[in-house]
Amino acid sequence: MTDYDVLLVGAGHNGMVCAHSLAKAGKKVLVLERMNHPGGCAHTREFAPGFSVSSCAQWLYQLSPSVMRDMQLEKHGLIFAARDLASVSLAEDGDHLVLKGTTLSGAGIGPEDQAAYIEFANKMQRFSKLMAKAFGVRAPKLVESNISDRMTLIKLGLGLKLLGKDDMSDLMRIVLINMYDVMEENFEHPRLKALLSLDGMLGSHMGPRSPNTVFGYLYRRIGEVFGFNGVAQLKGGLGALGESMAASCRSAGVEFRYGVAVAGINTHAGRATGVTLEGGEQINAGLVVSNADPVTTFERLVGYRNLETGVVRKVSNIRNKSGVAKLHLALSALPEFNGLAKDLVGNRLVIAPDMNYAERAFNAVKYHEYSEAPVLDISIPTVNDPGLAAADGQHVLSAIVQFAPYEPAGGWGDHRERFLDIILSQLERYAPGIRQLVLASELLTPQDLESEFGMTGGHWHHGELSMDQVMMMRPFAGANQYATPVDGLYLCGAGVHPGGGLMGLAGGNAAREIIGRGESA
Amino acid sequence: MNEHSFENWTVGCQAWHSRSVIHSAERARKRVTEMNKYDAIVIGAGHNGLTNAAYLAKAGLKVAVLERNSYIGGATVSRELYEGWTYSNCSYVCSLLRPELVRDLELPRHGLQVVPYGGGVTYKRDGDHYGNFYDHERQYREMARHSPRDANAYERYTADVMKQTRLIRPFLLKRPPDPTSLKLRDLKDLAEYGKAFMGLGEEGLVEALKFWTKSVGDFLDEYFESDVIKAHMGGSGIIGTALGVYSPGTAYVLLHHYMGDVDGNVGAWGFARGGMGSVSAALAKSLQAFGGDIICDADVDQIIVRNGATKGVALKDGTEYHADVVVSNLDPKRTFLDVMDAGDLPADVVKKAQNFKIRGSSGKLNIALDGLPTFHGLDKRSPLMLGDMHFSDSLERIERAYDDWKDGTWSKDPYLDMLIPTQTDPTMAPPGKHMMTVFVQYCPPLVNGRDWTEEDKSGFQKSVIDQIAKHSPDFKDLILHCETRTPKEIEAEAGLTEGNIFQGELTFDQLLFNRPFPGYAQYRGPVKGMYMCGSGTHPGGGVMAAPGANAAREILEDLRKPNTVPEGYPDD
Amino acid sequence: MNNHSDARMLLRTPFHSRIEPACELNCWGTWKGYTTPNAYTDVELEYFAIRSTTGVFDLSPMGKYRVIGPDAEAYLNRLVTRDVSKIREKRVGYTVWCDDDGQVLDDGTIFHLGPNDYRICAYARAIDWLLWSAMGFDVDIQEETADVAALAVQGPTSCSTLLAMGLDGLDQLKPFGIEYFAFEGTELMVSRTGFTGDLGYELWIDPSKAECLWDRLFEAGAPYLIKPFGTDALEMARVETGFLQAGVDFVPAEEAVRRGRSRSPFELGLDWLVDLEKPLFNGRRALLQEKAEGSRYRFAILDVEGNKPAHNSFILKNGKQVGTVTSAAWCPTAKTNVAFAQLQMPHGAVGEELVAEIYYQRELHWTKVLAPCKVLAAPVFDPPRRRQTPAVPF
Repeated sequence: MTDYDVLLVGAGHNGMVCAHSLAKAGKKVLVLERMNHPGGCAHTREFAPGFSVSSCAQWLYQLSPSVMRDMQLEKHGLIFAARDLASVSLAEDGDHLVLKGTTLSGAGIGPEDQAAYIEFANKMQRFSKLMAKAFGVRAPKLVESNISDRMTLIKLGLGLKLLGKDDMSDLMRIVLINMYDVMEENFEHPRLKALLSLDGMLGSHMGPRSPNTVFGYLYRRIGEVFGFNGVAQLKGGLGALGESMAASCRSAGVEFRYGVAVAGINTHAGRATGVTLEGGEQINAGLVVSNADPVTTFERLVGYRNLETGVVRKVSNIRNKSGVAKLHLALSALPEFNGLAKDLVGNRLVIAPDMNYAERAFNAVKYHEYSEAPVLDISIPTVNDPGLAAADGQHVLSAIVQFAPYEPAGGWGDHRERFLDIILSQLERYAPGIRQLVLASELLTPQDLESEFGMTGGHWHHGELSMDQVMMMRPFAGANQYATPVDGLYLCGAGVHPGGGLMGLAGGNAAREIIGRGESA
Repeated sequence: MNEHSFENWTVGCQAWHSRSVIHSAERARKRVTEMNKYDAIVIGAGHNGLTNAAYLAKAGLKVAVLERNSYIGGATVSRELYEGWTYSNCSYVCSLLRPELVRDLELPRHGLQVVPYGGGVTYKRDGDHYGNFYDHERQYREMARHSPRDANAYERYTADVMKQTRLIRPFLLKRPPDPTSLKLRDLKDLAEYGKAFMGLGEEGLVEALKFWTKSVGDFLDEYFESDVIKAHMGGSGIIGTALGVYSPGTAYVLLHHYMGDVDGNVGAWGFARGGMGSVSAALAKSLQAFGGDIICDADVDQIIVRNGATKGVALKDGTEYHADVVVSNLDPKRTFLDVMDAGDLPADVVKKAQNFKIRGSSGKLNIALDGLPTFHGLDKRSPLMLGDMHFSDSLERIERAYDDWKDGTWSKDPYLDMLIPTQTDPTMAPPGKHMMTVFVQYCPPLVNGRDWTEEDKSGFQKSVIDQIAKHSPDFKDLILHCETRTPKEIEAEAGLTEGNIFQGELTFDQLLFNRPFPGYAQYRGPVKGMYMCGSGTHPGGGVMAAPGANAAREILEDLRKPNTVPEGYPDD
Repeated sequence: MNNHSDARMLLRTPFHSRIEPACELNCWGTWKGYTTPNAYTDVELEYFAIRSTTGVFDLSPMGKYRVIGPDAEAYLNRLVTRDVSKIREKRVGYTVWCDDDGQVLDDGTIFHLGPNDYRICAYARAIDWLLWSAMGFDVDIQEETADVAALAVQGPTSCSTLLAMGLDGLDQLKPFGIEYFAFEGTELMVSRTGFTGDLGYELWIDPSKAECLWDRLFEAGAPYLIKPFGTDALEMARVETGFLQAGVDFVPAEEAVRRGRSRSPFELGLDWLVDLEKPLFNGRRALLQEKAEGSRYRFAILDVEGNKPAHNSFILKNGKQVGTVTSAAWCPTAKTNVAFAQLQMPHGAVGEELVAEIYYQRELHWTKVLAPCKVLAAPVFDPPRRRQTPAVPF
């Protein structure tokens, strides 16, 4: 006796994309969310009285247009506060480097740099386009491939060949290497190199010299294939994405229950039968789909004891060390950055003077320490969306801070204050006086991100996006096509192909897989 | 000065050199132009150049190898830099040298003797150590002493590494296929790779792909819990590589440690009796037996190109040697940016050569010792001392050593791969005396972006010697002579750009069909008649001689000559 | 600073001081890091001690792993193929364990020592897999190989020997039962188990009392013609009675480098150990599939004509190779030439007639024999005394 066709564990964006598709296909879907609101990492939260911020992800830059369209998000309340923002690499002396679209300016950028960048950007876009082809479908099996897998392989192979000999060999050469080398090959300008390499390492446990960061960079550039020409901001913060998706789901007939934590996914004889909520309530369903990361799903919800040992080993070998902290500041006024024109302050501001700086920032986290001079990706969302602040003229600053360990030796304790102080001192160098403006502050360490958003290790991507953990290697053989070693249990979150970021493809692919399997799902 | 060591020196290159080498000056004096006309010229008498020339000569070509130094061998040399002591002062151990080539070129008959060594040890800071025994049971016991679980997991580890090793070994003595090509031979070769990979099964294939893309640190973390065990094994993943143990891609480098064999023992390592120079000496004799010439003190200035085809080479002293086939044993940077004129090359090749990664990351100390040093916690007769010795007892220490290199300086707490071959080979030092070879990771080609100074060099030397002395109370007192080689010296002597021992990093962007760069991975250069045969080509570095043989196979095919170069490798 | 040289040497078992003088042939082998005798005096005579009197084998190097905790039974049930809840306290069960693909990692015995308290004994090392398998269970796994000394006391007079040693009531112990006895101020555990297929017991004791146990045992056993035996004699006995050995008759799945070289329990003739009714255990999914689709191989015990053991032989059917021999021995008691074979399906049905290609040499003269052979329904040696309770007195 089942209560629903599908139980969806977690109302993150991928979960809702999946739920929406399943409901459209006629399934009776119930979404269970631990928090009191939808969105997961796409969430806006009041962090100080009157001040709200996108509390996990801070930019939107790669949401799939098909998700926008299918879920009619704009009809369900999604409003862009700003699109196609520039990236500004801050300089202490005020000679900032600005990248707007493909146009570079400031910081002594010359025509050679500009020309080199355009050539580089075009090439990367060709590569990202090819990647996008692989992202909208399940990762193909290679040996036990069926017809649809073979079609994917043929399409990808053909796409690769169509790149032409030079591009094809270049792609195969660079996809496994690091941003540092690729930057050195293509550019002279230290801050330009640092700015671009940052895109390859954001959200990861890697520095510019880490092989695979080029893949991370291409991954981020997918956004351009999806029509984003720079980062975007939503009115009301990224919570608006969560809310609009939930609204869309509801109109498609999806039921939601908030504030209910799933304690476990029930299994019998290797098949998922439903879930047990904290408090003991049991809900049965034909299928269970987990939007939680694979480690949470298998270790905590299914329980290692209900899996075979080989699966346990694969799950526990998933690399999900994060290196990312999140800073939120409530400010009494708009900070003044050295030499930064007022009209630029609402853009994406970056502190990463050169690649060695970024690499040194990374060194620390390898040894469970935080960076003495961290890399910052800063947003002042209130410039484009004043409603997030308590009063007119007041502002919110949100920053992605790299690198911070999950836990320094001896625990965060006093380190939290110290690290906050390091970050503020760093900001102070670029925006003198900013300390005086701080009304309230919040620093979320990877550990905090883990407990707030339920991501193992606090890893945004539900597992490192590195070549050994993408495509059919994500999350592991046996669970790489959304179905898992537990019959009737599917994964739909960032931990499966194609991975994390506010993209929505994993959820859509998972739904397609479930629908495609029909009765045998 | 000891008579004994010289008597045993006959297999070494100096004896060979004095007897049969033709010196360039001598030859130029003769001014007999026909003598300067060859079918093929090989630039550089490294082990790959000699191998390549040997196969060309064997097929009946008139071949000359031109060597800049007054001695042959390149980085495969034995040199007496301190009276009575022979140093393998570049490469120092032998395992990867393909047995098919050894047999085919009759190297044993020409004096090569490879003697396996057992042992290996990592000394710990707490005075204990982790040892590596040849005997399986003793090895188990030793591992279990540090972690019974690791001792058990080692069996799974060995099987899993062997799976990957088996995947690569058949392709060492084979040119890499060009995946962008639609030629029948490439498609056939690709299909063979495909078959090998598909044979792993879906899950095995995913595991293989994961292995090939992950870091050696992450890989070892999946098997072992003991720091010292992981450190002992992990070093193989970064030797000669400008990457850290937690850099993705280094698990593959580990295979370069496992894919060799001595007498059929896959993964075993040995010493060439008389030092590594005896490898090149044997190759040289084999080449000469086939009628090839070796010309020393012949510093090539340029490869001569006329109408898009090679015509020969010009030396710095103005001498010219003519041949329609010119093979470069130099690394890709020296080949395309130094001895070739940019005007003779397609623009993309120049750019690719400029972007070719060949960062120096290692240094070397060669030390003459008055006796065998004592190491804490180890009996002098311990078989462990016969093998590779290390002092980095955790992966974190190796990773931190890499951080120093990234910062532009030598490692203050370096990873050392240290051997005392004179415990196995009596020919390299007077009786009772010893020679120590210390490979040092990491050591940058430039210090903070500028050239090495004498002060830097002694600082580098001190960091190494101090680390050893911490574990050996009598070590410093036993030192009679020490040759310290930073990448700068390695480059100056062996001609390896930036002192990179592999003629280019062994990272995925530079392996297989990407080595040295896409489109030129089948040994043919961009100019008709021009070829590459160095470690900068597939399958890469280590004294393997496979690139030289593979290049010869392609050249002979182009010339439509009978091809006797061994190909493929049937693994059971 | 000690130089660890002792630690590096092969280990000696707690009985070594007694074994060394008894090992007249000075013929030693190794077993998982321990020095063990291959033969003491004469393999043939040692073998007949097992079959006719009492043979004693030092099995201290046997891997021993203690499993304790509230989840101990649940843990074991997920680990192994049979239903562990059916092994009652003070009972022992033989089983195998598989990886996720249903390929055998090892076989061994589970001793149910008390509530939530078990011991696993296995020939090969297993701690890594046992610990991986423990994730998610409230259970403590400890390797106690070195903490327990063990002797196998096997043969028709073994019970009498042990009774004479003072183990009163031992004759009442059923096969696969466990009993405890006071011994020199410590506890001696005796199980009616063994690897010889005969009446026999295994004695488990604190290593400090090992030598004393040996002495008392041999003193009591003298009238019953007690004799130590080594690995070589054991090999003959185990083939005669149909026991498999890891690394010989199958490759432990995790040590297999080449794909397809490992075997499932079905392919090893161990169907009876697999309880597919259990809702979850390692390999269940794959074994269900194998059950439905059929196995690749079949294990067969062959009765080979003639007296030349079919070591390493190919097995032929109509001249075509259909399998290979993994173990072979001339069985002196059953007077049968036995071979264990791995045969490609569908070969190996009971009664099928095949041919073994045997090579042997006499005085450097090699001969090839094409020996007819037949698949047996059961091992050739299985005496009633093995199972009778009370044990048949002697």
